[in-house]
Amino acid sequence: MAGDAHGPLEQFRIKELVDIPVAGIDLDITNSTVWMAVAAAGVIAVMVGGTRRRALVPGRLQSIAELSYEFIAGMVRDTVGDEGRRYFPLIFTLFMFILFGNLAGMIPYSFTFTSHIAVTFAMAAVVFIGVTVLGFVKHGMHFFSFFVPPGVSVLMWPLLIPIEIISYLSRPISLSVRLFANMLAGHTLLKVFAGFVPALGVAGILPLAFVSALTGLEIVIAFLQAYVFAILTCLYINDALHLH
Amino acid sequence: MGKDDRDSPLHDFSDRLADARRRREKAAPKAAPKEGLGAAMRIGVELVAALGVGAAVGWGLDRWLDTAPWLMVVFFVLGAAAGVMNVYRYMSGMDAAPGWRRDGRRQDGEEG
Repeated sequence: MAGDAHGPLEQFRIKELVDIPVAGIDLDITNSTVWMAVAAAGVIAVMVGGTRRRALVPGRLQSIAELSYEFIAGMVRDTVGDEGRRYFPLIFTLFMFILFGNLAGMIPYSFTFTSHIAVTFAMAAVVFIGVTVLGFVKHGMHFFSFFVPPGVSVLMWPLLIPIEIISYLSRPISLSVRLFANMLAGHTLLKVFAGFVPALGVAGILPLAFVSALTGLEIVIAFLQAYVFAILTCLYINDALHLH
Repeated sequence: MGKDDRDSPLHDFSDRLADARRRREKAAPKAAPKEGLGAAMRIGVELVAALGVGAAVGWGLDRWLDTAPWLMVVFFVLGAAAGVMNVYRYMSGMDAAPGWRRDGRRQDGEEG
């Protein structure tokens, strides 16, 4: 199936567009790079365009900018509290970049870079390492108390501490796999059902209706997964700050 | 200064402002809402991720210490336990966070 030019997985293929060999490091511009740039440019366009007029009664673009700002600001305040304010730029950037990447992937013939584990894991690794460093900076060696469940007898520690550490290490995996798997599965499903449309002739109206409904669902998932990624980043930052 | 100043509307306002600020700080942080679709997807991934990390840690330690396959067996089971624990914490509002102390709603009630 993978070799088939019209297979449902063909849409995830990385295509090299411009070859840039720099001292053995692969810096080629691929379709993935291009769509990341598109997403970043889209975010910048919305935010810069939305804040240019600063009208008292916001127009469309300004509404989008303000709504997304307030949505993330409220989320950071609710989950991290007041100290979370300084991490707002990181969370907002992550949210907007993932959201625009997901939405740009909904454009026909485009490329969904969030459907690649390399991209999502890189973002999750940045969050994970950043949060761990933050925990150590804030609490020093006391950070290790994070892995000791309170109110448990010392006899249980050899069993529970490894479980806690595995649980902690699983964070970047679940964070990245969730986003990538959702996008990959959704887009593959769309393609598979779209393939039924011409194959079934007149009865193709049924899979066509299904694909239309699925497209709506995919847009919901595009928002939902960006939201989940952002809120988990908030929760991890909250953990590192407060160690509960 | 003195009594007049305290009764002035401006002073009253700054008191109310400080009150509101304190209340807001206390109100945060609260648990994230759990929507059906998002929750279902999270649980599946959470289970498998911890299991995978456990198995990978065991495999790595086995290679390093030359104890194959025992550490992998042990860490596979620990990973499974961590996965179940992640899901339990997520559903009980503590999220996939190590440690038990968090979550204001449960603090006054039962402890873990």
